[in-house]
Amino acid sequence: MPAAPKIIVVGGGLAGLAAVIKIAEAGGKVDLFSIVPVKRSHSVCAQGGINAAKNLKGEGDTTAQHFDDTIYGGDFLANQTPVKGMCEAAPGIIDLLDRMGVPFNRTPEGLLDFRRFGGTLYHRTAFAGATTGQQLLYALDEQVRRYESEGKVTKYEGWEFLSAVLDSSRVCRGICAMDLRTMEVRTFAADAIVLATGGIGAIFGKSTNSVVCTGSAQSAVYQQGAYYANGEFIQVHPTSIPGEDKLRLMSESARGEGGRVWVPKQLGDKRPAKTIPEGDRWYFLEEWYPKYGNLVPRDVATRAIHKVVYEHGLGIDGQPMVYLDLTHIDRETLNRKLEGILEIYEKFVGDDPREVPMKIFPGMHYTMGGLWVDFNQMTNIPGIFAAGEAEYNYHGANRLGANSLVSCIYGGFVVGPKATEYAKALPAMQGDGGAADEKKRQEELNKHLISNAGTENPFKLWRELGETMTKNVTVIRYNKAIKQTDEKIVELLERYRNVNLSDKSSWANTSFAFTRQLYNMLQLARVVAQGAALRNESRGAHYKPDFPDRDDENFLKTTKAYFAPDADEPRFEYEAVDTQYIKPRPRKY
Amino acid sequence: MAERTVKIEIKRQSSPDSSPHWDKFELPHRPGMNVISAMMEIAANPYTADGKETTPIAYDSNCLEEICGSCAMLINGKARMACTALVDKLDQPIKLEPLSKFPLVRDLSVDRSVLFENLKAVKAWVPIDGTYDLGPGERIFPQVQEERYPLSRCISCCCCMEVCPQFNESTGFVGAATIAQAQLFNEHPAGKVLKEERLHALMGDGGIQECGYAQNCVQACPKQLPLTKAISDVGRDVMVQAVKDAFTR
Repeated sequence: MPAAPKIIVVGGGLAGLAAVIKIAEAGGKVDLFSIVPVKRSHSVCAQGGINAAKNLKGEGDTTAQHFDDTIYGGDFLANQTPVKGMCEAAPGIIDLLDRMGVPFNRTPEGLLDFRRFGGTLYHRTAFAGATTGQQLLYALDEQVRRYESEGKVTKYEGWEFLSAVLDSSRVCRGICAMDLRTMEVRTFAADAIVLATGGIGAIFGKSTNSVVCTGSAQSAVYQQGAYYANGEFIQVHPTSIPGEDKLRLMSESARGEGGRVWVPKQLGDKRPAKTIPEGDRWYFLEEWYPKYGNLVPRDVATRAIHKVVYEHGLGIDGQPMVYLDLTHIDRETLNRKLEGILEIYEKFVGDDPREVPMKIFPGMHYTMGGLWVDFNQMTNIPGIFAAGEAEYNYHGANRLGANSLVSCIYGGFVVGPKATEYAKALPAMQGDGGAADEKKRQEELNKHLISNAGTENPFKLWRELGETMTKNVTVIRYNKAIKQTDEKIVELLERYRNVNLSDKSSWANTSFAFTRQLYNMLQLARVVAQGAALRNESRGAHYKPDFPDRDDENFLKTTKAYFAPDADEPRFEYEAVDTQYIKPRPRKY
Repeated sequence: MAERTVKIEIKRQSSPDSSPHWDKFELPHRPGMNVISAMMEIAANPYTADGKETTPIAYDSNCLEEICGSCAMLINGKARMACTALVDKLDQPIKLEPLSKFPLVRDLSVDRSVLFENLKAVKAWVPIDGTYDLGPGERIFPQVQEERYPLSRCISCCCCMEVCPQFNESTGFVGAATIAQAQLFNEHPAGKVLKEERLHALMGDGGIQECGYAQNCVQACPKQLPLTKAISDVGRDVMVQAVKDAFTR
């Protein structure tokens, strides 16, 4: 019998851990790499819940309806086959999580409770208070710890993925990674690798994402020849709390439980929010979207808030802020269903949202695009697979709330077995499969960077990148401004050559690791910006006032960017979207 | 200069073997800033208050919204998370030090992997048969969920261990977080199957008997876990188990 295939999973969030569990369960050997201890991965930040059409509320919900809501919510850009698979698997995934011990909220009969979320009229979202992502991540983390204690999984926490090891036929044979304490660069052989490295929030400077969500790993393999798909589709969440260090998410579940968004009708109304009578409040989402109200999809809600603030000039106190109001809901219900997020608001803003309406504003939140993968979750580079937010398969032009957790786990559950199947059929490699060359390439990059005698501070370059991306490539997009953004990124790449590390030590050098990530962020930012420039239509989260309508004739297509090494910039191709189950129709909420 | 500033002093150590020193910083004040944004500012302008060039601060962080558990440190002597430490609510100069009871990595970054090892020892998981579809789990009443959920909110920050007088090398005490996780799974209808093993893991040296009921843990916990209740529940179960063991061995 041949030896069990060796698979490397990079990233210990929901998608990565789901993949690890499937591989270990099937008898495979897994090495799990993560920058942070996996229990601290960004999946912990997910708040509101996870979707599955369990139909436990007597509403006649079906997986077909979940499928339709997801495709429609994504403005028909998602390939329908994988989305259909996800929606059909979702109820079983919830049952499994329940068996793993996730403390989901319950009904009096002891069944799972469900709440409403954006872009659907059904109660389809299972939840554990308002810390669902944390609870799901812990459940998978516990199962992986069990496999670890049985010797089936080896964790490399505190290691950062640098690149894939590719052999002379451009087949993946492992990874090159760096120990973030010793700064040692090493290669690790594998028959297949899975990148589950999350979103790219850091490219926008401040976002709701965690510090590790830089997109560096995706960018590295893009620069090695992997396609990056639909990069221009960036979700800006309607309700976040602006902060000095980051934007903190205020979950859609606040609206799912009855929260209402409003502004005073009168500009400069100085009265405390609670004393403003109903008649003087403008519940603009409810007025504009009577069917879905406050639970329109995120792209729609975000644009509405922008409009109220920037076109009507009605932001609270003239500031870019609107109220998200929970004060009409009783405290006991709020504590039982939303405590986690209320606590965040209290701790960071200082007001009690049970008593005072919250002040919120849209913030960069999610990456619908990602590494291009086929329906087996494999990129165009044989042996490199991807799952979770790092790939593009499930959300089209806009992700519905509470679909991310299910797409992560489903993607992980698909990729584990598929990567195993691929690995078993892989012919043995010749020599070292390119490992020594790749290690040398990375060590030279490191050596160059640490000794570079420039004047640019990497953290300042990063701030500039974030500012220009947030200003020009988020909610409202104009071609002229996007073009200027791309030129700015080229300037930043030029200045990057002149970067100077104030820390030149070779022990736990966090700014060194960050500066490596920054280069990859800059390269990937061009994919986002140029992809946005080329798509002259409006679809889902991608909105151009100069091209306000969806244009299926020209743009019902997946954007595929690839890196042209000689030109040092992206090139673009387009691919037809799989629309075999649901015929595209106008998207009107 | 009328501009408002923030004074911060940080205990630094470039490696586990080198000796520590303090660096002083004076940064421009911004409304709503927290300890993390102060350190981000230092990274972008790595100069001490007296104008000497230095290196960015090494510290653990990730989510910055007090749910990943990374950024625990001593802030004005108190073990807490740096992300929720708002500068305007702290006495200045703000003093930052690494947690003292865990191996130091660099500056404010420490190695807390001991907790993850402890979680293995108490088998903090539900031993499911497999990931294949077996239908829904057992019904669980809201009252049970409401007991378990608060314990499940532990973010593994290790503040409870840092402040515990009994958590040290001579006792080898596992600490409150691990005991709370044992209780979390002992209360689950399927997780219960390993209860006896968990209780045995918490007997003897380093186990629950080391707890001195100082109750520092429950005060330090940023997520307000009912740690002392969990310890007393598990303590009772361990005692009952020990009696059972005495009669069956």
